[in-house]
Amino acid sequence: MTGQGVLRVSTWSVQYRRRTVIVIAALLCALLMLAVLGLMLGSYGMSPGRALESLVGRSDDALGSYFVRELRAPRVVAAIIVGAALGVAGGLLQNVTLNPLGSPDLLGFTTGAATGALVEIIVFDGNRAAVALAAVAGGGVTALVVHALTRRGGMTAQRLVLVGLGVGVTLAALNNLLLVRASLVSAQTAGQWLAGSLNAMVWPETLLTLALVLPLLLMAALLIRPVAMLSLGDDRAQASGVDVRRVRVAAVAVTVALVAVATAATGPIAFVALAAPQVARRLMHAPLPGVAGAALTGAVLVLLSDLLAQRLFAPTELAVGVVSGAIGGVYLLWLLAIESRRSR
Amino acid sequence: MSPRLHARDLAVAYGPREVLHGVDLDIPDKQLTAIIGPNACGKSTLLRALARLLPASRGEVWVDDRQAGSYTAKEFARVIGMLPQTVSAPDGMSVADLVSRGRYPHQSLLRQWSADDQAAVSQAMAAVDIAALADRPVNELSGGQRQRAWLAMVLAQQTPIVLLDEPTTYLDLAHQIEVLNLTRRLREDGHTVVVVLHELNLAFRYADHLVVMSEGRVVASGTPHEVVDSALIEDVYDVPCLVIPDPVTGTPMVIPKGTS
Repeated sequence: MTGQGVLRVSTWSVQYRRRTVIVIAALLCALLMLAVLGLMLGSYGMSPGRALESLVGRSDDALGSYFVRELRAPRVVAAIIVGAALGVAGGLLQNVTLNPLGSPDLLGFTTGAATGALVEIIVFDGNRAAVALAAVAGGGVTALVVHALTRRGGMTAQRLVLVGLGVGVTLAALNNLLLVRASLVSAQTAGQWLAGSLNAMVWPETLLTLALVLPLLLMAALLIRPVAMLSLGDDRAQASGVDVRRVRVAAVAVTVALVAVATAATGPIAFVALAAPQVARRLMHAPLPGVAGAALTGAVLVLLSDLLAQRLFAPTELAVGVVSGAIGGVYLLWLLAIESRRSR
Repeated sequence: MSPRLHARDLAVAYGPREVLHGVDLDIPDKQLTAIIGPNACGKSTLLRALARLLPASRGEVWVDDRQAGSYTAKEFARVIGMLPQTVSAPDGMSVADLVSRGRYPHQSLLRQWSADDQAAVSQAMAAVDIAALADRPVNELSGGQRQRAWLAMVLAQQTPIVLLDEPTTYLDLAHQIEVLNLTRRLREDGHTVVVVLHELNLAFRYADHLVVMSEGRVVASGTPHEVVDSALIEDVYDVPCLVIPDPVTGTPMVIPKGTS
């Protein structure tokens, strides 16, 4: 059951409902603390009080205010938006494919966005805006290809997973080919883009991403109820009044749009879409990943990863995707380990 | 007047292969209809087409004198409830959670969980006597309990017409009878019930109305008394047999003859 769904339905199990609310509240607290940390930390470090003063414009430290208001704040907000987008995208697609591995990174959508960006960087030598647009276009084209290939089989969950995997592997090979054939300079640019980074997220980019992601998150929240019905099997979902075909196509479209926008903003950030919904589901003891939990877990994961990526070996900055992969992967493994111990 | 649920010249095809050949069918209101026939005769296909789970390649299903195709998914699910043969619950989903999902067609974004929903779910769980298992995960129940949980979900949907696709398969005799008693109670409560069944003698016992299918066509329909004789069963199942009155209920009872 989804985060919101549990709240509504659980008149029999008060405990269950309490758990969802507590987990969401805890995630919000964690997010807030990380956001404050994100404002404080940097080569120009400051106390929480000073950072917040700077944020609201009450500080006479011009340099500090500049760092906090123009560089750190948009970056923190961007990390939250991108994390939420990736988490929700993963949650939706895992619900649609009925498969915890059915995340957009593994089913080719993220890879497709990367292909678009790589073509733009390597072949057309485009600027940042062009690369972002190309990433969105790449994600969209990938979605159309997957849709065309799954349509004949009725777009069943299993077919979606298999076709998505095939398309993803093919595109990954294409991406490698592009990198190998590229000039040294553009290969380096491409390599940096592929590692994923929030470096370039200042206010205009962040606000644009926010404007694109918010309506998509809203659509995801509307879709999660019918999408959650798919877990009972296509026949039973249809017999319950879910237009299975339309819901599935809509959910995949929203997933792809979320992933494409997030990837356009920051480059691919590994593993968040896969891990965040599963981590949230296990924290909440819910049978299915929901929207609120996936969004918050994704946001926490990306924000935390970005902080670590910036500060762990400062002044050398790591790729945020490397850190998110490490944290998300290890944490998911740990959760699975306690889960299997508990069920024994 | 036509009954609430009927089909005219209904055909279903999987690709170029037609498996249901222009069936005319009336499902009598407020009765228990059993659809029987050998494997691959199209009985599940017929039921799925009635439930709009399969598109008709020709002809039409009619519900309350409207073409089934003209209903929205939710509208349709408020009239016809269906328990398909293949269902699955995600690991960890509780019985209460599953049954409450049956309320989906009555809910909307602004009306997500009403007192009606609550009452329907409690009533459905009481009807199949599963309230005590409300918090148990569906996938940890026994076969009979699980089937009751799924039945409760269909009941919570509160549809006047209920379709059940082989609800007794994989159940032992006691649980088969339990499920069939439940379907009879549904009919007594005023539902129109259609059940696909394999077990002939039980079908004859419980059905008010019998639909016999063979090779994608309806070959006979009526009360079990009217319809069933050894010629029909031999013809449809290709097994020599005797038909005698059931010593308990007096309904027809099929005894296969040949072991050779």
